[in-house]
Amino acid sequence: MAVFGTSGSRIGGGRGPSFGFRFFCYAVVSVVLMFYDRRGGFLDTARYGLQAAIYPLQLAVNSPSAAWSWLQENFATRENLQAQVDQLRNDLRTQQLVTLRQASLERENATLRGLNTALPDVIERRMVGEVISVELSSLRQRLLVNRGGTHGVYRGQPVITGDGVLGQVFRTGPFSSEIILITDAEHALPVQVVRSGVRTIALGTGRSTSLELPYVPKNYDVKVGDLLVTSGLGKVFPFGLPVARVTKVELFPAEPLARIHAVPLAGIENDREVLFVWERPNHPAATASSEALAVEAPTKPVTTP
Amino acid sequence: MNLARREPRWAVFFSVLLALIAQVLPLPDWLSVVRPSFVALVIIYWSIYAPHAGGIFAPWLAGLALDVFKGDVLAQNALAVSLVAYIAMSLHQRLRNQTLVQQSLFVFAMLTLNEFVVFAIEGWSGHAVSSSWRWLQPMIGAMLWPFVALLAGRTHSRA
Repeated sequence: MAVFGTSGSRIGGGRGPSFGFRFFCYAVVSVVLMFYDRRGGFLDTARYGLQAAIYPLQLAVNSPSAAWSWLQENFATRENLQAQVDQLRNDLRTQQLVTLRQASLERENATLRGLNTALPDVIERRMVGEVISVELSSLRQRLLVNRGGTHGVYRGQPVITGDGVLGQVFRTGPFSSEIILITDAEHALPVQVVRSGVRTIALGTGRSTSLELPYVPKNYDVKVGDLLVTSGLGKVFPFGLPVARVTKVELFPAEPLARIHAVPLAGIENDREVLFVWERPNHPAATASSEALAVEAPTKPVTTP
Repeated sequence: MNLARREPRWAVFFSVLLALIAQVLPLPDWLSVVRPSFVALVIIYWSIYAPHAGGIFAPWLAGLALDVFKGDVLAQNALAVSLVAYIAMSLHQRLRNQTLVQQSLFVFAMLTLNEFVVFAIEGWSGHAVSSSWRWLQPMIGAMLWPFVALLAGRTHSRA
């Protein structure tokens, strides 16, 4: 037993094996767990169960802020509510005007594409989820949402808000899921500039108001104010969802690449609701299949899941 | 060795649960970077004063819960916390006779070890996004030690 420590550690004499031996066993179990967790596979189901076990605790931890917003909502004054209703009515009118010509535009688009009928929307189904907790640090930009595997949420599913792309599902539990935001430092998103068609990758910076486009050569056509949409590559997001707006283009004589910064359109500051979307399979705007990827962009990395 | 005194298992359970909540409570960025490992602090306390109440299993489970909670590599905190608990348990007789300040030095070393194990595993598993502020955590943890020890000591003596 000398391997596991001096006799001083054997205080548990008469109570089973020494602490040293027990620690050794747990350490071995830990290393095995880490190894298989890293490899992925059967531990995913274990994690799925553990997520369910920890869910009540997560709710408890976030109950103070939830209670606060509940109080605020319930004690809102009549004037505030009236102002909110007016605002919403106004927004609705604007939206109606924007979408007024949608049907005829879709028809026109179909004619231009040489199709007999207009295509349905690439988003087949959507589901609203409520944010339970928010982690916005420089190391992690994550959300916990109250929809999980039992609601059909899957790993790698796109998550959007009314303004644009928010992130994708990183991990699911039965009743909750963890979402990695596009601004997380470990997230990369294939995007396209609407105006010029330039395709590149938008990396998260760890700040919730900033994205980086580090792989654009200086002679490419990207300007301040350009709208970035998902390019449909990367097998996660369908084509054409708004992502961000370019805020800064820096050119340095000594560097072959431009330094481009963009601000994401979707934010979680305003509302605590997000949308899970299911895309229509075999739609032209759906995520590129692996064969299409191989032809179109052989060297482009896929997004981190 | 069968002492008549009951082991404070419930106190261990609830204090670890509380520490877990304190550990994952949403805080502003600048605060959460320097937030010490409350779980490790509480575990060190029980390892010194009631090493048989939870054994190595309780620290391991607490660490695992932390892993699931924070979405880290499974068992990285479990390994770090149980290592710290093991060392504290091995030295518990000597540590009990020390003053709180002397214990703080030991706690500082243990929290640094805890942080280092987590840091090493993060690096190994490819999650090396890190801030150098994290090395301030053990310092703050060591400064908090007397308070933790006094607080936990109350529940202990009553249990």
